[in-house]
Amino acid sequence: MTDQTIDPITLAVLAGRMEQITDEMDATLFRAAFNPIIAEAHDASHGLYHAETGDTLVQGKSGLPIFVGVMSFAVKAVIEKAAADGDLADGDIYIFNDAHLGGTHLSDMRLVRPYFRDGKLFCYLASVGHWHDVGGAVPGNYNPAATEAFQEAFILPPVRIARKGVLQQDIIDILMRNTRLPQSAMGDLNGQLGALDLGARRLDELLGEYGSKTVAAALDALANRAETLMRSEVEALPDGRWEAEDFLDNDGITDTPLPIKVALEIDGDRMILDFEGTAPATAGPVNIALPTAVACCYVAIKHIFPDLPANAGVMRPVEIRVPEKSLLSAEFPAPVGGYTETILRMIDVIFSAASQAAPDKVVANAYGTINALSIAGKRSNGQPWVMFSFYGGGHGGSPEGDGLNHGNAPISTATIPPLEILEAAYPVMFRQWALRPDSAGAGTHRGGLGATYEIEVLEEQAEAFLFGERGRFAPQGVVGGAPAATNIFEYEQDDGWHQPPMTSKMRGIKLKKGQRVKLMTPGGGGYGTPLERDPKAVARDVALGYVTAEAATETYGTAWQETDQ
Amino acid sequence: MSKMIGVDVGGTFTDVFVLDEATGTAQVAKVPTSRPDQSGGFLEGIGRQVDDLSTVTAVIHGTTAGTNALLERKGARIGIITTQGLRDVLEMRRRDRPQTWGLRGNFEPVVTRDLRKEVPERTLADGSIHTPVDLDAVRKAANELLDAGCAAVAILFANAYANADNEAKAAAAVREIWPNPHVSCSSEILPEIREYERFSTTALNAYLQPEVSGYLDRLDNALRDGGFGGEFMIVQSNGGVMDTDTACRLPIRTALSGPAAGVIAAGYIADTAGFPDVITGDMGGTSFDVSLIADAKSVLSPQTSIDFGMVVRTPMIEITTIGAGGGSIAWVDKGGLLNIGPESAGSTPGPVAYGQGNTRPTVTDANIVLGRIDPDNPIGGKLSKLDVEAAAAAIDKHVGEPLSLGTYEAAEAILKVANSRMAGAIRLVSIERGFDPKRFAFMPFGGGGALHTGAMLIEVGIGRAIVPRYPGVTSALGCVIADMRQDFVQTINALTSAIESRSLADIMQRHVDEGMRLLDASGTTFDARDTVFELDMAYVGQTHTVAVPLPVTVTGGKVVPPTIEEIDRAFDKAYHDTYGRLLNKGTRRVMNLRTSVIGRRPKFDLTTLAPSGTGTMEDARTGTRQVHFGNAWHETAIYNRLELPVGSRIDGPAILVQPDTTVLIEPGLSGRADDYGNTIITRVEENA
Repeated sequence: MTDQTIDPITLAVLAGRMEQITDEMDATLFRAAFNPIIAEAHDASHGLYHAETGDTLVQGKSGLPIFVGVMSFAVKAVIEKAAADGDLADGDIYIFNDAHLGGTHLSDMRLVRPYFRDGKLFCYLASVGHWHDVGGAVPGNYNPAATEAFQEAFILPPVRIARKGVLQQDIIDILMRNTRLPQSAMGDLNGQLGALDLGARRLDELLGEYGSKTVAAALDALANRAETLMRSEVEALPDGRWEAEDFLDNDGITDTPLPIKVALEIDGDRMILDFEGTAPATAGPVNIALPTAVACCYVAIKHIFPDLPANAGVMRPVEIRVPEKSLLSAEFPAPVGGYTETILRMIDVIFSAASQAAPDKVVANAYGTINALSIAGKRSNGQPWVMFSFYGGGHGGSPEGDGLNHGNAPISTATIPPLEILEAAYPVMFRQWALRPDSAGAGTHRGGLGATYEIEVLEEQAEAFLFGERGRFAPQGVVGGAPAATNIFEYEQDDGWHQPPMTSKMRGIKLKKGQRVKLMTPGGGGYGTPLERDPKAVARDVALGYVTAEAATETYGTAWQETDQ
Repeated sequence: MSKMIGVDVGGTFTDVFVLDEATGTAQVAKVPTSRPDQSGGFLEGIGRQVDDLSTVTAVIHGTTAGTNALLERKGARIGIITTQGLRDVLEMRRRDRPQTWGLRGNFEPVVTRDLRKEVPERTLADGSIHTPVDLDAVRKAANELLDAGCAAVAILFANAYANADNEAKAAAAVREIWPNPHVSCSSEILPEIREYERFSTTALNAYLQPEVSGYLDRLDNALRDGGFGGEFMIVQSNGGVMDTDTACRLPIRTALSGPAAGVIAAGYIADTAGFPDVITGDMGGTSFDVSLIADAKSVLSPQTSIDFGMVVRTPMIEITTIGAGGGSIAWVDKGGLLNIGPESAGSTPGPVAYGQGNTRPTVTDANIVLGRIDPDNPIGGKLSKLDVEAAAAAIDKHVGEPLSLGTYEAAEAILKVANSRMAGAIRLVSIERGFDPKRFAFMPFGGGGALHTGAMLIEVGIGRAIVPRYPGVTSALGCVIADMRQDFVQTINALTSAIESRSLADIMQRHVDEGMRLLDASGTTFDARDTVFELDMAYVGQTHTVAVPLPVTVTGGKVVPPTIEEIDRAFDKAYHDTYGRLLNKGTRRVMNLRTSVIGRRPKFDLTTLAPSGTGTMEDARTGTRQVHFGNAWHETAIYNRLELPVGSRIDGPAILVQPDTTVLIEPGLSGRADDYGNTIITRVEENA
């Protein structure tokens, strides 16, 4: 890339054009994908990456937030592999799912394609998508008992699925033999290849129109601009060092809390996130690989400064220190299937630390768990069924107002299926699909409410599995706000209601026809001192049943009883 | 008795289009929209052109009364009665959030929690009744809601799409005691699976009922008092019209009434002019709305969100909006990048040049500074003069100085970035559906769109633009053109192998009977009546459905249902068209049946709108003005557009003016007045 200067008008136009290329790549895959995780939940992402460093240049706006930071690691892994092989060629496309190289988990299939212009490598295009099934012990690859990545899915290191423009059928055959759903996988693969093709065509047009020098200069300028923006945001914060610590309940294998700790340091226009004091890597699948940890810091930062672009320049002023062989830098083959729970906790501690430095910019903790609940069984006609979904909770109170009731997780934008769709597909009935009173953290601006889902099984012989968190350690408030309620899971047996020993992680509890499970999710933490909450707002909360009268009096005092609400 | 009147009430202006079929003439009027009661402007606008309402056969109205009530949360106080355990569905949405980044923002449903009553009742997904509805509890809930001052009520039961019995019984019980007709019931409004979407649509319908029916009653009475004896009809979001009784019962179907009428008109005008593929661009004060018409058919989307969490699921013309309108503010961020919007000065205070208090430069200010808008004759008639110097100073301060650009360079930069964003929206709506934008014509309408036409040709590679004769009143014209249309849906949710042809036929027949009954009740004459049937289908295991058009004949009002084999074949074709492949052993599922019953209204001859005078091009020319293009000022000819004779060819740079619009023909482009009074803009070399 050159250091040529570029006029501001062309830069503004090119910035929009390049964002559009990646948005179009997103749209292409969403439309083509067979698999609802991509088509509906948009669990995918596309972008353009630097030819030498793999840094993110531009990324589509419609994909999953966590991918915004993690994709460049997939490209870096390919750059290293290609350098080692020494024969990178125009028309090559690499594919892999190895999470220890590319971050997140093994369900995410990454495709990376070098883009050549005039015989020279110009940049990389990449596509990631969550495939429905990639082998392993459990359909859908969510194995709470995994102690090695080998038990989670088949593992593919970076290999070429296309060489000089020719698809390698051998690789496709291997892929298709290792999934329970080859038709779905083939649809996703075609969609991802199509998105990369479209990206290359659009780049051809753009470079044809503006010339590669101008576009390269624009890419440099955009990275510099992202860096400038980030530096100006950081510089506006006071210098200092702030710490926060929180815990995962356990790793699903041993019931021991796992600390996640961060020290946030602001030094002029530099930011340091130091995770010293975090638990070492563990046996169960709540580990994450280092790329995931770095990407997660990016997600937290972008939530604090939402106007920052999706460009690696943002991270230049940020130094991330992760202790070796910790929960946040687990080495192959440590299992990483439950990575979502761990990065949600990382975001929480970053918010808690940052709220001390910038109380006007940071929201309190969201509910902080994905709550992957599956109920499976056999129908009376022998047909097996598996109902699998993630559940929602409250968002944290913010400087502007109360948190959102029943939102999705900060790392995702996925929606929940309607209960009627679930009831039409599986023999269950939702007795409750309701807001959970007293689940939000109190505050000047309280958190949003979590939910209560009560599900009755309508046929014999079902089994329930849960992978969740926040059963022992509640989502925290910030700036004096109170914590939310913890996650509670209960299930019915002949002798009454029970809770699992690991609180929110459970395997294979048998349920009879007519028995129920009940998941009560946390709300968000509170923002600001509860006693400063407008008594009228408290009275309204009580009148509408968001907060019970007893809880209101306990946390907010008695002033609300005097209002004429 | 030969006049038809289309009235479109927008946020700023009320537009009236009067077609006199006897004399073959059309007249337009534009008056400020009256607030809060829009009926004042409505009647004033008609009064400008028509003295005697008894000469009017039909008044067709595109309204934003519903849209505004939703956006501004000014609907009625309503209550809901719902299934035990589910009163919070409306507030919990589908577990989404307003913005991807920032984790801020909140949602207040239109019904507060204390007015959401639960009653014992439960239907299962297979339609069997698990718990019969407790009617005493329903009556108690209804009385509590009445005591709480609710003006309307919605009844929302789980799985009512599969069996409406419990809901129907509850609705009957409520209707016995409810003092007005504002009782909505989810299986009547939208018998389709997905409770949040159905509940939200039904609750918002109830929320609008008192407001919209009151408004339509006032209009109807005023029209009748003025001697009007014809039909009064309302445009729906799907681009079809309905009678006022239906509109009072289903006001939610007006959620996007105004913009839909504009797209209908655009499609008809373009098709008549020989361009069945057209992308419309409506540039308003705060936004640019894009819609795609392929083969003279608008694309319908099944649902939309009026605002975060306010989901409306009724078929509506698909319109993509980006925040780049005339009032969008240009600003330079901390990283030195020029941005347009999303913040907007709207129409009040409006651009800097309006002198109404805004000091930050807008897209319109850039157009003014570059001479593209005449500062001495502003459109709309509210202001007498525009302040060019103030606009230039604002551009200098907020864009020129931070980027080290002169005034005109900075103004050009603002337009370039705004045009690029508008072009991006056009690219996306076409490419997302697999269309090549090159085969489309671009049709600007609304006040500002025709200033940006050239940029769309150059940036997107679109071949030509077509500027309609009256771009400022396109929506009002669309009201006169629109067909009458009723949409129905019913969730089936069965494998094709398990479908009973009989029961499917029964539902189709029910839809057709109800649709024909509504057409008959309207008292309108139709050129033809059409029925369109579609199934939402997918392979088992897939959640995204494809719309499968069914080849069904209706003879003498009787439906001849398709066989299962015909359904399978239709699915294969639709699926292959969408995804380019089929699955070998895929089992097919039918999710929903959708029926549209359409009464084709007589079309008027668009040559009515053509210039009739005998003047020449020279007669139409009013002078010249200096206009800035690229990096230089050009002596630019100004024409009075409405006086240009058919066949006139004008090479850029030129400006065509008319009371409500300015059409810009940039250097290198050429405009031609076609037989209908449209201006067709192409590259000079293509204007043969």
